[in-house]
Amino acid sequence: MLKISLSKIQDLFAAIAADEALYIPADHAGQPEFMRWEAGMQMADALNTVRSAKDFFFPQTENLVTFKMQGQKIDIIDPRSETEDFVVFGVRACDVRSFSILDRVFLVDPVDSYYENRRKHGTIVSMACSKPAETCFCHSFGIDAAEPEGDAVCWKTEDALYIRANTEKGEKLIEKLRPVLEEADDAPVKAQQEQTRAIQEKLPLNSFTTEKFGGDVLLKVFNSDKWASLSEACLGCGTCTFVCPTCQCYDIRDFKTGSGVQRFRCWDSCMYSDFTLMASGNPRTSQKERFRQRFMHKLVYFPANNDGIYGCVGCGRCLSKCPISMNIVKVAKCLEGEL
Amino acid sequence: MQGMMIARAKELLQDGTVNRVLGWQAGEFAYDITPAVFETAEELDAGFVYNAFCGNNLSKYLIKETKKDGKVLVFLKPCDTYSFNQLLTEHRFDREKVYAIGIPCEGKTSGEMLKAKGVSGITGIDEDGDSITVHTVYGDQGFNRSDVLEERCLTCKSKKHVAYDELIGEDGEVLDSHRFDMVAKLEAMTPDERFAFWRSQLSKCIRCNACRNVCPACSCEKCVFDNPESGIAQKAAADSFEENMFQIIRAFHVAGRCTDCGECSRA
Repeated sequence: MLKISLSKIQDLFAAIAADEALYIPADHAGQPEFMRWEAGMQMADALNTVRSAKDFFFPQTENLVTFKMQGQKIDIIDPRSETEDFVVFGVRACDVRSFSILDRVFLVDPVDSYYENRRKHGTIVSMACSKPAETCFCHSFGIDAAEPEGDAVCWKTEDALYIRANTEKGEKLIEKLRPVLEEADDAPVKAQQEQTRAIQEKLPLNSFTTEKFGGDVLLKVFNSDKWASLSEACLGCGTCTFVCPTCQCYDIRDFKTGSGVQRFRCWDSCMYSDFTLMASGNPRTSQKERFRQRFMHKLVYFPANNDGIYGCVGCGRCLSKCPISMNIVKVAKCLEGEL
Repeated sequence: MQGMMIARAKELLQDGTVNRVLGWQAGEFAYDITPAVFETAEELDAGFVYNAFCGNNLSKYLIKETKKDGKVLVFLKPCDTYSFNQLLTEHRFDREKVYAIGIPCEGKTSGEMLKAKGVSGITGIDEDGDSITVHTVYGDQGFNRSDVLEERCLTCKSKKHVAYDELIGEDGEVLDSHRFDMVAKLEAMTPDERFAFWRSQLSKCIRCNACRNVCPACSCEKCVFDNPESGIAQKAAADSFEENMFQIIRAFHVAGRCTDCGECSRA
């Protein structure tokens, strides 16, 4: 275990940023968001950023290809280039887990080269939680907030930041940072972990579980008559899907540039009326079906296709951000009685 | 107040004046309230709440509700009644199918407001007059209501109901709300300062459409931004300025019809 005094944390950031881009959670117009570090930028203390860390690998919009037309000639321009190396620092355990869920979508055949490029060049430094909130339920998915995954993992105590490598990439990073770090006893980390786990046991969602859901109960869940009342107040906005670290649906569209076509993709939301709209119309004609789709995907379809792994990491963003406070916990609790 | 509302709702269900009640439903925690339709006395007893966290303006739901059979009872806070009238003026719902009860409001707060004060691990909340005690796994914290009010409530324009069939509690007065103080500040800025202010504020936008969908003035059947045929359907913006344009266009569209309910600022 290595450590650095919190009073010297800017030295650590400077050392990371010496030859690669560094992103840390920081204040953005009053909200915690991942921001590109510049000298002096302070790390936000917030439990989680408003947007998740998925943006680094799966950005909200990106250009896929450009077609340029000159008379009869069409140039096809591929915008892909090697991404710069970057470090995302301070990712919480829930968000770190979301990357392995996204990998199951984007890194299976056919591999999404845009995503893969960023994954290859990104190093994740996670941050253990010491003050989980009532909206947290990552433990329901076997995530330990006190011992996050990631290439390297940090624990922040009163006066120091402790850091340890988990992977080869993490070891490489720590080797680079070795001059600013010092050897440390791991007792303060162990003490914090114990405390965090004790707090988790007292949180209201401590016993929440989704284990009754999965591919085996597909029709039962799909046909439940509870969906009507659960979705009744849904506004059909995309807040839950946009702040969600595991929502990965996207739309591909063409933009007429005047001299050709810009093909881009952007996040889509199953809550929107034009989601999966096709020539024959929309297969989900009302908000009830769109609402149902989101939870079926996370609790039933995803585990059915991915070895029982749910499409949720318990970060609690949808619990905090939904303007009508309807979320996966309420849905799962309401439906589990029927299973 | 909650008890009186439930009792009156039960009477109106019982005597057949209405066949359902549009109100607020308790959630997992003390603050995550969801708008809901209650059809029986049992449902009202089990889940109906009215407290400092019932911020949702229910008037927009009347568009959907009045397309159903029978009359619906709706509870409206003073600011909600202004949206109610605006929607009525625009013929967006059927007044004949609504029984509206005006209820008093002392200003609303939210889980997000408490979190902004550093509160976490909430296990319960007690309201007693103007004092709000938040119980958390990290210990109890006490607040005055005025310390945790949402921004829209700090500049509340009226405690007076402008539309209702009956009132529960006393009606209030139109307030001198200082709601244009910020406008005056903005007007006093230089164009560059104002531009920087708006770019910073609008850079927070994640284009989730929550502000639009929660807004009672945004009641178009099909928003131009959702219509692939419009040519400006905007799931993705070309650059950060185009991103900001969504907010600017929306602001222009609702200017003159906005009744200051503040739902967009809450969302």
